[in-house]
Amino acid sequence: MSGIDHDGFADGDSPAEQVTEVSGTGIPVRGNDIDTDQIIPARFMKVVTFDGLGQFAFFDQRFDDNDEEKDHPFNEEKYRGANVLVVNANFGCGSSREHAPQALMRWGIDAVIGESFAEIFAGNCLALGIPTITADAETVETLQEYVAANPDAEIEIDVENETVTYGGETVEATVSEAQRRALVEGVWDTTALMGANTEAVKETARSLPYIPADHIPGDGSEDAAGAAGDD
Amino acid sequence: MSRGTLYDKVWQNHKVASLPTGQDQLFVGLHLVHEVTSPQAFGMLKERGRTVAFPKRTHATVDHIVPTGDRARPFGDEAAENMMAELEENVRASGIDFSDPDSGDQGIVHVIGPEQGLTQPGMTIVCGDSHTSTHGAFGALAFGIGTSQIRDVLATGCVAMEKQRVRRIEVTGELGEGVTAKDVILTIIRKLGTDGGVGYVYEYAGEAIEALGMEGRMSICNMSIEGGARAGYVNPDETTYEWLRETDAFADDPETFERLKPYWESVASDDDAEYDDIVTIDGSAIEPTVTWGTTPGQGIGITEPIPHPEDLPAEKVETARRAQKHMRVEPGETMEGYEIDVAFLGSCTNARLKDLREAAAFIKGRDVHPDVRAMVVPGSQRVQKAAEAEGLDTVFKEAGFDWREPGCSMCLGMNDDQLQGDEASASSSNRNFVGRQGSKDGRTVLMSPIMVAAAAVTGEVTDVREMKEVTVA
Repeated sequence: MSGIDHDGFADGDSPAEQVTEVSGTGIPVRGNDIDTDQIIPARFMKVVTFDGLGQFAFFDQRFDDNDEEKDHPFNEEKYRGANVLVVNANFGCGSSREHAPQALMRWGIDAVIGESFAEIFAGNCLALGIPTITADAETVETLQEYVAANPDAEIEIDVENETVTYGGETVEATVSEAQRRALVEGVWDTTALMGANTEAVKETARSLPYIPADHIPGDGSEDAAGAAGDD
Repeated sequence: MSRGTLYDKVWQNHKVASLPTGQDQLFVGLHLVHEVTSPQAFGMLKERGRTVAFPKRTHATVDHIVPTGDRARPFGDEAAENMMAELEENVRASGIDFSDPDSGDQGIVHVIGPEQGLTQPGMTIVCGDSHTSTHGAFGALAFGIGTSQIRDVLATGCVAMEKQRVRRIEVTGELGEGVTAKDVILTIIRKLGTDGGVGYVYEYAGEAIEALGMEGRMSICNMSIEGGARAGYVNPDETTYEWLRETDAFADDPETFERLKPYWESVASDDDAEYDDIVTIDGSAIEPTVTWGTTPGQGIGITEPIPHPEDLPAEKVETARRAQKHMRVEPGETMEGYEIDVAFLGSCTNARLKDLREAAAFIKGRDVHPDVRAMVVPGSQRVQKAAEAEGLDTVFKEAGFDWREPGCSMCLGMNDDQLQGDEASASSSNRNFVGRQGSKDGRTVLMSPIMVAAAAVTGEVTDVREMKEVTVA
């Protein structure tokens, strides 16, 4: 295959897009501890791509047994086209499934504002270039109320300066340092970043007593693998 | 910031570089792969024209969607068959070892790693599964990752991480009769909250933890994520080394064992290590613990009353109200006597040989309640085989349990093992989220394996300590 060097590291990574600001209309989903099983039930994960997951976002909250719509912001006409999700505390707790932010992204969400996020969820969002912005409980609740009353109003998230502007007002918010730098500088594609350090990776691997030489590409020969393989 | 802890040392040993994002690039010592979260990552890899950088540090199995009944290929569920076929093709093309059902080594990824000796102290271990924290029981730094990070690890052998704080949780004293590791972790989560561990790694220590075998330590580390902590660990000690000595990795290779042991010892937290936080919990005060709600933090001792929502901190009131409505429980009452329809003994939290032995010892001479559907799903084919060699399968089957093939099963209901309608289950698994066990109206009560056994017999949540011993003729 062309484009791959001897170590299996390719040149095929394109630079990640810079995400300095996100703007659009909002959609509030209220409640603490909204877990990933709610965001996307496990039965919709029996797929080998993420395509088409958007329709299953919050599925069991949105539909009853007869597939009739229930009360949920994701069903409401007034929030159609919204791209800024506003949530409460510990959003995205539970499993590591990237299917959760993938489903939200494919539904149309570009940014999430909340009181707090589960770590793996926030990391998964970052890997998709979706900022997870935090603010105190009161700020978030006020914003949720504002969005509910003004579903067509523009919300502007300034990732770099950590602010959210809506209704002529600007409030302070927080974007974690690593996330802010990654998004603002467009370096959230960590495959490309880390793929540039091939030699240093091998050096680290060699320094670890539990890594046999033949487990490091290019180091041990296949013959050595047979002789020295200890696991 | 912490200093001199196992976390600090393992981090430093695996640090490759500081990234422009402010994150560190960490080398991954072991990458575990399963069928649900990996296919998209392999797909992204192909799109970019990359290949797997460290196939020999990668190991796969199938657990989430695998049927626990008829496993003849093709699987009855077409979607499951497709996922299995995709995994087979991906591991074959990349030269990755695969513990498939034909190998006799298949099982839940967090059961097979430790039993094969893949999991070792001082390693960094990742897997696209939040319960990867389980492997921390061996003094490894182990955490769950998302699919884009799986792509990172496949492509580069590394993961990008921000360093976290370390909280030491000391569980003092001796656990009482009928109290297990599961009760300890449910108590920890209850006290510190489901988001109390966000930004932290948990170091579990103290006499009660040290006295546990590896299975108990795994149950505790397993549910770190339910407390918000992405990783949890126990410092390696003689208990750890005894387990490792018997595994495939070292049983026939004592030289490598002796060569690596000083490294394992070197990564344990120093006596004068500094922590960002220390929490002490009295282990002797812990009761058999069960959940009353729909988050793992909504737990209580079996003799304690279910809390009134309005007595809880403001931010927990609404969640508690919703949970009590869903579970149909009344504040002021205990969980004892809560009727169950299903008893599920399985999952990466509690489906190891010791869990099965303890439950079987209780079940022997008793029968499953006629209204209860009870099942045992061993954590791996090896657990299954060892249990069968001891006759545990017979004990369970004679009592009325269904004895099934290994997999994640009803923990998350991705195969046919699901709650129906509003069934209530006594479950040895790790999550009681609404819809978790396959039915959005299903009700899950988390508890230890022996408490599941007791509930299976009585048909209701039961204090195992109150059950009289059965004399078996």
